[in-house]
Amino acid sequence: MTDIKEMVIVSGKGGTGKTSIAAALTSLFKDKVIADCDVDAANLHIIITPEEVVSQKEFIGGKKARINLDRCIQCNVCRDVCRYDAISEKFVVDPVSCEGCGACYYLCPAKAIDFTPQLAGYCYICRTPLNESFVFAELLPGEENSGKLVAEVRNEAREEAKKRDTGLILIDGPPGIGCPVISSLTGVNFALIVTEPTPTGVHDLKRICDLINHFKIKAAVVVNKSDINPDYVEEIKRYCENEGLTYLGEIPYDSKITEAQKNMTTILDFAPDSEASRAIKEIHKKIQKILEDV
Amino acid sequence: MYALSAEHEHPISRAFHVMNRNVLIAQPQWLGRDKMDDMRIAFASGKGGTGKTTVAVNLAYFLAYSKQQVQYLDCDVEEPNGHIFLKPHIEEMTPAQVMMPVIDKDKCTACGECVSHCQFNALVLILKDVLIFPELCHGCGLCARICPTGAIKEGKRVIGSVEQGKAFLNIDFVHGILNVGEPMAGPLIQQVKHNYKEGYIQIIDAPPGTSCPVVKTIVDADCVVMVTEPTPFALHDLKIAVSVAQTLNKPIGVVINRENGEFKPLMDYLSKNRLPILATIPEDKNIARQYSEGNIIIERLPQYIDNFMELAINIKKLLEIKQFR
Ligand code: SF4
Ligand code: SF4
Repeated sequence: MTDIKEMVIVSGKGGTGKTSIAAALTSLFKDKVIADCDVDAANLHIIITPEEVVSQKEFIGGKKARINLDRCIQCNVCRDVCRYDAISEKFVVDPVSCEGCGACYYLCPAKAIDFTPQLAGYCYICRTPLNESFVFAELLPGEENSGKLVAEVRNEAREEAKKRDTGLILIDGPPGIGCPVISSLTGVNFALIVTEPTPTGVHDLKRICDLINHFKIKAAVVVNKSDINPDYVEEIKRYCENEGLTYLGEIPYDSKITEAQKNMTTILDFAPDSEASRAIKEIHKKIQKILEDV
Repeated sequence: MYALSAEHEHPISRAFHVMNRNVLIAQPQWLGRDKMDDMRIAFASGKGGTGKTTVAVNLAYFLAYSKQQVQYLDCDVEEPNGHIFLKPHIEEMTPAQVMMPVIDKDKCTACGECVSHCQFNALVLILKDVLIFPELCHGCGLCARICPTGAIKEGKRVIGSVEQGKAFLNIDFVHGILNVGEPMAGPLIQQVKHNYKEGYIQIIDAPPGTSCPVVKTIVDADCVVMVTEPTPFALHDLKIAVSVAQTLNKPIGVVINRENGEFKPLMDYLSKNRLPILATIPEDKNIARQYSEGNIIIERLPQYIDNFMELAINIKKLLEIKQFR
C-alpha cells in the first residue's frame, strides 16, 4: 500500500485566488483524492464538477436545548445558568444564541428541557469526470464551524485514498486562522500558502505562518496577483527568507483567471498559454519535488 | 501625508468642491441627520476577499466626511484589516477574557462528572487527573456547577484583545484581535460589540463565511450589506450568506464589486429574490493598486465618491422601507 501524503492549500486572507489556483494545481497532479475543507463556503465543486455523488452523509453537530412549556415550572434556573442569554422571559430558547452547553438541561429541576443533536451539514463523496475521488461538505447556514466537519471531510478523504490506493490527498483549506483552519492543518505533510502582495495579504500571511510554525509543518509560499505591487512581493520574499519558508514563485494578475471561473473551468484549460498558466505549471513542478522529500 | 487638520487642503475636500459641488449642497437633505444617527450597518460577504472591508472603510470615510459621527467596528477578529486603511491612533487596549475552569486537585476525587457533562470535550480524565483543553472550553460554567465536591472554580483566560482609538476624520475605531491558534471568535466579537456608542452610525465589518461568528456579528444590525463579485464562487457564497441574514429577518442590500460586464446568473438571482443593488463598483486596476498601498479609495480616486454617496442613500432607503413593513 502506498504511503498517503496530505497537502493543504491555505491563504489566511480570503480572496487571494486560493481556490482558483487549487483547482488548477489539482488538475496537474495525478492519482489523488481531492478534499474541499472550506466547508463554510465550498467552491471547488463549481470548477471540478463532480460527475456522480457516491454517498451523502449527514453531519450531526452539537446539541441544542428546547424547553417543554407544559412541564416548565417557571423557576428561572435555566435563565440564571445560561451564559449566552439564549432563554427569553417566556422560557423559549433562541436557537441562534444557544451554544448547546447543556447547563439548563442538566440543572432544570423539573426536567422540562430536551437536549437533542442537530443536523449541521452534509458531507459528499463524489467522482470527478476523471474518476478521481472528490470529497466536500456543506455546513448548514449559521451553524458553528467547529472544525469537526473539516475533520470529517479529511477522514472520508483518507478512507477513499486507502480504498483506491492513491498516494496523495489535496486539501483546499478554509480561510482565517481559527478552528477550521487548525483542523485542516493538523498532521498534513505540506502546506502551500497562497497570498497576495497587499498590506492585508502580508498581515494575514504572518498570522497563518505563526500557526503553521506552531504545528511545525513544512510550508511554502506563492504570491498571486504578483504585479499589483512589487514592493510587497519583495517584502514577502524577505519574510519567507527570515522565517525559513520556501518561496515558490509568483503568478501575475490575470483577468483570464476570473474569466475561466465564469466558464467553470481552470485557467490551464481556458488559457493554457497565458503567463498565469505557465507560472502555475512551474510551481507544480516545485511542489512535486517537495512532496517527494516530506 | 494626511493633511487632516487643514481640511480645505485635504484631497477628498478638494474633490468634493471640484468634482461634485452638489454633494456638499445636497448633504443635509439626503442624510436627514437625526434619522441617520443610530444606524447599525453590517458588511458581510459569504466569500472572503470580495472587497467587504474596502467598501466598509470607504463608506465610513465618506460618512465621516459628510459630518456624520461614525463608529467603525471590525468584528473580523481572525483577520482584522480595517486598521490598515483607517490607520487609527489606538488609545486603549483591553485584553479579552473568557471564563475557564480551574481545578483544585486536593478536592477533586476524579469522579468524572465534569468530563461527562462538558459538551465540548474540553475536559478529559487521564489516570487520576482531570485535564483541561482551554481552546475547546466555551466557558459555560456547567462543570463548576455540577462538580459534587466543589473542586472546580472559575478563572479567566485571555483569548485576544480589543483595541480602540480614533481614526481619520474623528472616526471612532474599535477592533478585536484574536490570538493566533485561538478558536473562540464568538466571545471576542461580543466584547468588540460592547463598545457600541450611542448617537453614532455604526459600520460593522463582519467575518467572512456564513457560520456562527457571522451570525453573532449581524444579529443586532439594522441592515446587512452583502459585498459580492460577479463570479460563480462569490455568487455561491452570497446565496448562503443571504439565507443566514434572512433567517435573522434583516433587510439586505447588495454591493457588486469589481463589476466588469454583466454576469447573468447574479442578476437573475438578485431579481428573483428581490435583493436591491445598493451600489456597483467597477473592476479597476487603480483601485487594486490603491488598496495594495493601504489607501482609502475615494481619497485617491475621487471619481468613486459618487458610488459611495449612492451607497449611503440607498442604505438609508433600505432602512426606510423596513420601517413601513
Ligand atoms: S444549552 Fe446552554 S446555551 Fe443553550 S439555552 Fe441551555 S444554557 Fe443556554
Ligand atoms: S466551562 Fe463548560 S465548556 Fe468549559 S470545561 Fe466546563 S463544562 Fe466544558
